[in-house]
Amino acid sequence: MATLEARDLTKDFRLGHRQVLRAVDGLSLDLVPGRTVALVGESGSGKSTVAGMLAQLLRPTSGTIRLDGDPAGRHGGALRRYRQQVQIVFQDPFAALNPYHSVDHHLRRPLRLHRRDVGRADEDERIEQLLERVSLVPARRVAGMRPHELSGGQRQRVAIARALAARPGVLLADEPVSMLDVSIRLEILNLIDRCRHEDDLAVLYITHDLATARHFAGQVMVMYRGEVVESGPSDDVILTPRHPYTQLLAAAAPDPRRPRSRTAPGRRPMAGQPVGTGCRFRDRCPFAMASCERRPPMASVGTDHQARCWLHAEDGR
Amino acid sequence: MTRPAPRPTVPPHTVLSPEILRISGLSVDYAGDRRVHAVSDVDIVLRRGEILGLAGESGCGKSTLAYAVNRLLRPPAEVVSGSVVFREPDGTEIDVFALDGEPLRRFRWRKIAMVFQSAMNSLNPVLTIRSQLHDVLIAHAPEMSRTDRAARCTELLELVGVDPARQAGYPHELSGGMRQRVMIAMALALEPEIMFLDEPTTALDVVVQRDILLEIDALRERLGFAIVFITHDLSLLLEISDRIVIMYAGRIVEQADTARLLDRPRHPYTIGLLESFPGLTGPRRTDLHGIPGHPPDLAQPIHGCSYAPRCPFQRPCCTERRPVLSSPDGAADLVACHAHDTTTGWEVG
Repeated sequence: MATLEARDLTKDFRLGHRQVLRAVDGLSLDLVPGRTVALVGESGSGKSTVAGMLAQLLRPTSGTIRLDGDPAGRHGGALRRYRQQVQIVFQDPFAALNPYHSVDHHLRRPLRLHRRDVGRADEDERIEQLLERVSLVPARRVAGMRPHELSGGQRQRVAIARALAARPGVLLADEPVSMLDVSIRLEILNLIDRCRHEDDLAVLYITHDLATARHFAGQVMVMYRGEVVESGPSDDVILTPRHPYTQLLAAAAPDPRRPRSRTAPGRRPMAGQPVGTGCRFRDRCPFAMASCERRPPMASVGTDHQARCWLHAEDGR
Repeated sequence: MTRPAPRPTVPPHTVLSPEILRISGLSVDYAGDRRVHAVSDVDIVLRRGEILGLAGESGCGKSTLAYAVNRLLRPPAEVVSGSVVFREPDGTEIDVFALDGEPLRRFRWRKIAMVFQSAMNSLNPVLTIRSQLHDVLIAHAPEMSRTDRAARCTELLELVGVDPARQAGYPHELSGGMRQRVMIAMALALEPEIMFLDEPTTALDVVVQRDILLEIDALRERLGFAIVFITHDLSLLLEISDRIVIMYAGRIVEQADTARLLDRPRHPYTIGLLESFPGLTGPRRTDLHGIPGHPPDLAQPIHGCSYAPRCPFQRPCCTERRPVLSSPDGAADLVACHAHDTTTGWEVG
């Protein structure tokens, strides 16, 4: 069991001479055992940068990460302990596994690195257990295979087994199913959900799919151009979105049970250049007004439900 | 002549509008040590102005089918049998597989255009947008003058909602959505009568995806072309298409009017695909599931129904003989499943 707290994480990328892109701006989140938090947003909103910082693959420009109350270790043994606790599953299962190595090798490495309590004699058994846990059977045969012999879904199962091998407390799932076939997506999400339940994992589910975010996460955070614009219990955020951007996202998601509209609702907003100050959504927002020139605060719009919008701010307008 | 004269617009949703393309008994194999039967015995009739959705998971043969119809297959792929007939408005028939050389060049892009999967990566990174658009017109409408070409390119970009000033730029200067629009503009360059869209929006996020779909639909209503929309995202197809064809393991397993498919899916695979999408609204569910298992190896002979190993409604007859694609109630809808055989059928779903 582990709790991960991030406070005011900010990441700047240098684009060239004196140009800086702020990919993530002041993001805070808490991952607690047994709960799933979904981080949703369009491509380029900074979701994966958040995952990279939480996995310590990217160093935050500012902000803090705490694991069980202690500052995250950055070097040597402390970093290794952090990595043992915080594991990540990437979007692309084709790129995440080394084509030269067998499944067995992919699972043995984390055991050697993070599970020194497991003796060499027990490794084979552990590997088999891991494969059985992610429903890759017969485990012994799968262990001898190389990535090219597996389908996308099977590879993603190997990636999940590899993450679980370290016996982590926190699992970061960065778009774990967006590259997989529709028919197997739910199976993979169910697998992650089962592991969360069995191991009391704290899960961060990064996705652009609102529907699965709603069904698999208790809390949803919506990101837009590097900042969180809305956050709250998943049903509240998705069924009664309060931020205009979340409303746009919810309206754009395909939903066959909704009567189909053949006509364009208004004019399509074009993504513009990054805005310096003020609300970042204002150039696309149907409700944009003068006060949007200033950056809106996170305003409470319900129980544990917040939206970063002047429409809901006490001192707005 | 500057460019093709505008055709009369065909009213949308005209199920009974005249036939434009007929695919009959099409089978495509990938030859090699193990011969893979990628497409088997596919029949599809496309009508003018309609949107036909083609759905199925990866490896079901949907892209191979599109490539075959567009005469884009390269060895080791080979058409084993079947025909594709394009029908002009005046009734003249063109045997697509018999075309060669110059007639084939004239047929492509003018009659059928295709937007490829991950089209955003199909643009040449070292050429400007302008030169790539001009290239299409130079190749397929050589009679057009330089000024007409420039005017047409500007017009096309405006049509798909990209600022024509951007044509001086290179692909990397455009966002994914804009590049996708440029590809659609290219496909529209010669006002084709049929557009094949192979997963045109898969790599894009939902907001951009919706914009592009609305754009395509508006263009279709204006220009009257027919669309074959290929994707694994059935929820998307249900929203935009008039008719849907579901493929599994290289064969059509169900074909129905969109509304009917949503209300009463017949094939267990279709039911499974529909179940794979949790609704955005509606009650929160804890019993979500996809389709367990994986599609069969198409290099192996399949006895009986190819879906039987994954099917929750499987019966002994399913592994013994292959179900025939037929109409369960005499209507236009087709399904290939023993459970819907009028004589031996049982309850499914």
